[in-house]
Amino acid sequence: MDFTLTSDQEALQDGVRKLCEGVFPMERVRALIDVGGVDRALWRELADAGVFSLRLSEDDGGAGLGMAEAAIVFEQLGRALVPGPLVWTHLAAGRVPGAAEGDRVVGGLQRRDEPFVVEHPDVIDVLLAVDDDGLWEVDRSRLSARAVDWPLDPLTPVHVAGGLLRGERRGVPGDAVRWRLEGTVLVGAYLVGMADVLTERSVDYAKSREQFDRPIGSFQAVKHMLADMLVRTEVARSAVYAAAVHLDEPALGPPERAVSGAKLLAGEAATSNAKTATQVHGGMGFTWEVDVHLYLKRAWVLDTAFGTGDDHADTVAGLLSV
Amino acid sequence: MDLLWSESDERFRAELRAWIAEALPKLPPEPKREDWAARRARDTAWQGMLHDAGYAGINWPAEYGGRGASLSEQLVFYEEITKAGAPNVGVSVNFVGMLHAGPTLIAEGNDEQRARHLPAILKGEEVWCQGFSEPAAGSDLASLRTRAVRDGDHYVVNGQKIWTSFAQVADYCELLVRTDPESKHKGITWLILPMDTPGVDVRPLKTVLGSSEFSELYLDDVRIPVANRVGDENDGWRVAMVTFSFERGTSLVPEMVEARHQLDELARLARTVQRGDGTAWDDTGVRREIGHAAAELDALWNLVKRTVSEAARTGVPGVGASVVKLYYSELIQRIGDLALRVLDRASLSIDDVYEGSGHVVEERLRTLALTIAAGTSQIQRNIIGERILGLPR
Repeated sequence: MDFTLTSDQEALQDGVRKLCEGVFPMERVRALIDVGGVDRALWRELADAGVFSLRLSEDDGGAGLGMAEAAIVFEQLGRALVPGPLVWTHLAAGRVPGAAEGDRVVGGLQRRDEPFVVEHPDVIDVLLAVDDDGLWEVDRSRLSARAVDWPLDPLTPVHVAGGLLRGERRGVPGDAVRWRLEGTVLVGAYLVGMADVLTERSVDYAKSREQFDRPIGSFQAVKHMLADMLVRTEVARSAVYAAAVHLDEPALGPPERAVSGAKLLAGEAATSNAKTATQVHGGMGFTWEVDVHLYLKRAWVLDTAFGTGDDHADTVAGLLSV
Repeated sequence: MDLLWSESDERFRAELRAWIAEALPKLPPEPKREDWAARRARDTAWQGMLHDAGYAGINWPAEYGGRGASLSEQLVFYEEITKAGAPNVGVSVNFVGMLHAGPTLIAEGNDEQRARHLPAILKGEEVWCQGFSEPAAGSDLASLRTRAVRDGDHYVVNGQKIWTSFAQVADYCELLVRTDPESKHKGITWLILPMDTPGVDVRPLKTVLGSSEFSELYLDDVRIPVANRVGDENDGWRVAMVTFSFERGTSLVPEMVEARHQLDELARLARTVQRGDGTAWDDTGVRREIGHAAAELDALWNLVKRTVSEAARTGVPGVGASVVKLYYSELIQRIGDLALRVLDRASLSIDDVYEGSGHVVEERLRTLALTIAAGTSQIQRNIIGERILGLPR
């Protein structure tokens, strides 16, 4: 038992963090609002860095890494708020031609309740659906779609669709089970990265913003909110890393409880931290200019992805030993 | 990141489990809460059994008679002890001796003090209590006022201590006294007080549980030999804090293992408690909150593993240790609230209404102390804000 990052994992974390700082500074992320969240050239840079292919075998052009490493990567993507259907394209690598290489942008849906809210409708090349019968490449001509002019998250454009989520089969039911678990952990990791950076930025602000001739971070009412941000992040990060390790190591037993717990806590950490960050930033937190709202909106979007907190709490409850 | 126990950890676990299975039935049954003599006898008997089997002082260095176990073995130890229902050191009448006074003597005591006390603590022959807090010195412990004045080769001590757990059965007390009224942290001295010294008056305090774990300690011209001083005069604050640097985030492990068991128990109780045509478990809200709490406990357990792993690698526990205490103490109270809701009117009885329901109510009361003792939640948030996040005071 050594639940710390190996030196290779630390190097990977560091490398992806630098990649994100270089390729996705916040002003560039904001510029992606105008192009539906995805710029093909930047998407390919992610692919070249191995974001989509890292779990494929070396023979298949990947790095042969596991879910632990993928979680480390997605945590960094979340810190930088890199937009686009990253999780779906990562899951599709090796199964949908062109996904691993960044040539095709793959989106997806895992909810069967209508209406379907499809993310990034104008930039995705392929729409996948996961249901109990397997994985499907959706025939989009069989969907009715209504454009949405004003999406909640400006970096996650959506349209509202109805119809049949079927098309060419891309996987059997067992694949669907696995995809759901992996997707849940990767979204969780992304949310933890968001929670982490929100803590940092709120702490920085509270150190520099002065009222009553003192930095507001010196007031216990503010200090304690910031402490809770760190606490939520650390608890959620432990859960997400553990869930990823459970998916890599079958000897640890069934992963479902760890995976659901991780997504539940990561979603709460990101949404709660984004709300707290808004409060700490005061009036500025309510402006478009400060980035906090972009994190809050994405946190709300991702809280619904691969199961809500309620869904996952129900799953954990059902798995308790009595 | 690796969560599988090593082969040697698993071997350690198997040996320990076998020993517990053999040893535990020999222990007398748990006495009544207020039968202090019997509680001391039972806890020290268990300590003696641990000692004879080589498990005493699991986290103490081997050169001072401890097991010197690795951090992962310590986790395994607490896990197995708790799962088996064996007495945990954290709730023993001698938790101060094992977890604080002993480790302090290891770090700061002289050879004579170590030889006199450490083996006796490990064998279960000596019980310690703690004389730190005072009525006017709680969260601001360093403002303590119990005065010690030098008189030849003795200190003459006058003052009052409070929240002294198990004082009525203790042989010694780790006592913080004021030796320099002109300075605050640098005017405190750490003394070994034999509890049978004339002038020591133990007055039990009744807690919300209706029993007297705590006492007040009145000290009236108590003469303590200078030879009983640990560390230098006026250096007692540092001496008292030194054990915190040994703290590797494992202190709450037994509690947490027990809490996971309690949550399973709560789920079982919820399936028993009648509600309308079904049981409390049929209530989606209740079920969902139980699932939520389970996810949090799982996550905290993994945070402990992260913290312990970081400590093993770097020697420093990292941010985890501060987070675990704050989060766990508030979580266990929320679980308690949930349990009372599940029990509904059955929560009016601390005697069992359903099997195990009384314990659940008692736990809700007991855990009120966890957000207050050893640094209130508010102090913990200050520590996280100032020492980890670097916010200004």
